Amino acid sequence: MHIVVCIKQVPDSAQIRVHPVTNTIMRQGVPAIVNPYDLFALEEALRLKDRFGGRVTVLCMGPPQAEDSLRKCISFGATDAVLVTDRAFAGADTLATSYALAAAIRKIGQEQAVDLVFTGKQTIDGDTAQVGPGIAKRLGLNLLTYVSRIVELDLDTRRLKVERRAEGGVQLLETMLPSLITMLEGSNEMRFARLDDMLRAGRFPLRKWNKDDAGIEDLAKIGLKGSPTVVSKVFGPTPRAHKADMQVVEDSSPNDVALNLVEKVFTTHPQIEAGLVERLSA
Amino acid sequence: MSDTPKPAAPRAAGRAGRNTELPEHLKSYKGVWVFVEHDRGHVNPVSWELMGEARKLADKLQVGVAGVILGGPDEPLDSYAREAYAYGADRCYLMRDAVLKGYRNEPFTKGLTDLVNTHQPEIMLLGASAMGRDLAGSVATTLGTGLTADCTELNIDGRALAATRPTFGGSLLCTIMTLAYRPQMATVRPRVMQLPLRDDSRSGDVVEQGLGMVETEIVTKLLEFIPDATRNTINLPFADVIISGGKGLKNADNFKLVWDLARVLGAEVGATRAVVQAGWAEAERQVGQTGKTVRPKLYIAAGISGAIQHRVGMEGSDVIVAINTDANAPIFDIAHHGIVGNAMQVLPALTQAFSNRLARHIRKVA
Repeated sequence: MHIVVCIKQVPDSAQIRVHPVTNTIMRQGVPAIVNPYDLFALEEALRLKDRFGGRVTVLCMGPPQAEDSLRKCISFGATDAVLVTDRAFAGADTLATSYALAAAIRKIGQEQAVDLVFTGKQTIDGDTAQVGPGIAKRLGLNLLTYVSRIVELDLDTRRLKVERRAEGGVQLLETMLPSLITMLEGSNEMRFARLDDMLRAGRFPLRKWNKDDAGIEDLAKIGLKGSPTVVSKVFGPTPRAHKADMQVVEDSSPNDVALNLVEKVFTTHPQIEAGLVERLSA
Repeated sequence: MSDTPKPAAPRAAGRAGRNTELPEHLKSYKGVWVFVEHDRGHVNPVSWELMGEARKLADKLQVGVAGVILGGPDEPLDSYAREAYAYGADRCYLMRDAVLKGYRNEPFTKGLTDLVNTHQPEIMLLGASAMGRDLAGSVATTLGTGLTADCTELNIDGRALAATRPTFGGSLLCTIMTLAYRPQMATVRPRVMQLPLRDDSRSGDVVEQGLGMVETEIVTKLLEFIPDATRNTINLPFADVIISGGKGLKNADNFKLVWDLARVLGAEVGATRAVVQAGWAEAERQVGQTGKTVRPKLYIAAGISGAIQHRVGMEGSDVIVAINTDANAPIFDIAHHGIVGNAMQVLPALTQAFSNRLARHIRKVA
């Protein structure tokens, strides 16, 4: 079995700072990590490899530094890694990104047919959750988003049964390989890297593909040119115009502050009190 | 949608290689559509929230609003259509087919894509739900058009949709436009937009279209729907009052103080991502960028510093009360009432104060 896992290298969002004047992301010193959601996809792929054998190829589109994230994935046990990197991809939105990744997966499939593609649920920087469905559409893979559990996989019949998270419950879906799964967070726990895999990761000859290597046919479909969406404005969140009405416990006591607050909230918003009384009396 | 914010530019026109002019053949695309998401007898309220937004956009453009309803022949699609009119639609496009019972990507993608190609709307809105995001990505890729995910604000700039969304976990906001392609697609998270007033005297027309697909053509089968056991126990997005706790509460034991206050107020309990990760509260209680968006009448944040990732999930609340030891915590920037102090002391005091005050009233009512 051949599984491709798509990952993205993202800045650790917990440490992102925005320049107060230029409103640009200050990347200096912000560590880059594998998009946390993608690790659930990688772990699930590795579990299938443990059970059924085969290969797990990790694929990433990004700047040359994204090599670090791919090595990280090798250290967890991935078989192979491909970095698709080319200036021509810069500025890609989700449509252009899915075009480039789909081309690369097609190319990877020429070496060994791809049975399953995994992605994370979404990235933590873009948060769109659109690239997975886009790749599936372009490659004609049966799409399964928000998968919380792989229930059954039968390589002989090529049947795949999964649980998919939906509003208010889970759908039990059955489909056929080849398929694309976007994996829900919390569905598994990432393994620890083994020492031999860590050593292998350090010297692993990962492949770097430019747009030609990746088999890009239509240059009008990648990068800025291939992106129908245009960013017209980037700005910081606006602070609220009104300052909060402040009380300091040290200047009085917890009880007085609490009494004061209840009084203030209910006086300015009598409907909140009325609503509470109505509900609690019922 | 772009994953990476590009440098700010007032207008992208004239940038190398970009086609920002709408081609002639796409200029006839008119109207604002809302995909009406329903499952097992209920419309997801996000569809009606979007209907309200669609109405505002359409009025600015002086065009009509349409609801798109796909479902099985034995589902009450006509009653959903009547609801759609009540919330602002002028027309509904209906597709009834046995293969459309229960959401599946393949038939829904074909159905919605066919409707768009036939009737040519300029704007298409979907909820940023498990269904809406699954469908939007597939439809936009099939149509080769632009899709902006998880918008928090929609507007019209010129004649185009200006969709604003948080990016980088909410540290920045981006306004994104699809200038040279139609329809302009966007998804919006539940509870970000306000539910419009319902007017049952409104009506509209219906356009029915066939799907032209048979079950044997569809690879993926929906075997079963397993409802959550806890379906109605945690209903954060629609709670009137939410008490949330953050890492400032120090440990799981202190987090129980949040529960004490919530019990007195009949409120739901929310949490920050850090608290969920620490295991003090269930994942369903997480408020924020990667959790739920809420807009209660009263939101009390205890021991929450107010990282932007949390704020984007709760800043639509009517009244925000924040309790934090740090007077400079960013949560006070968006709070209406701030208490500088230790939440472990303030929470029990608030529980007592609210309890006394409400007991008085409830006795009166009784």
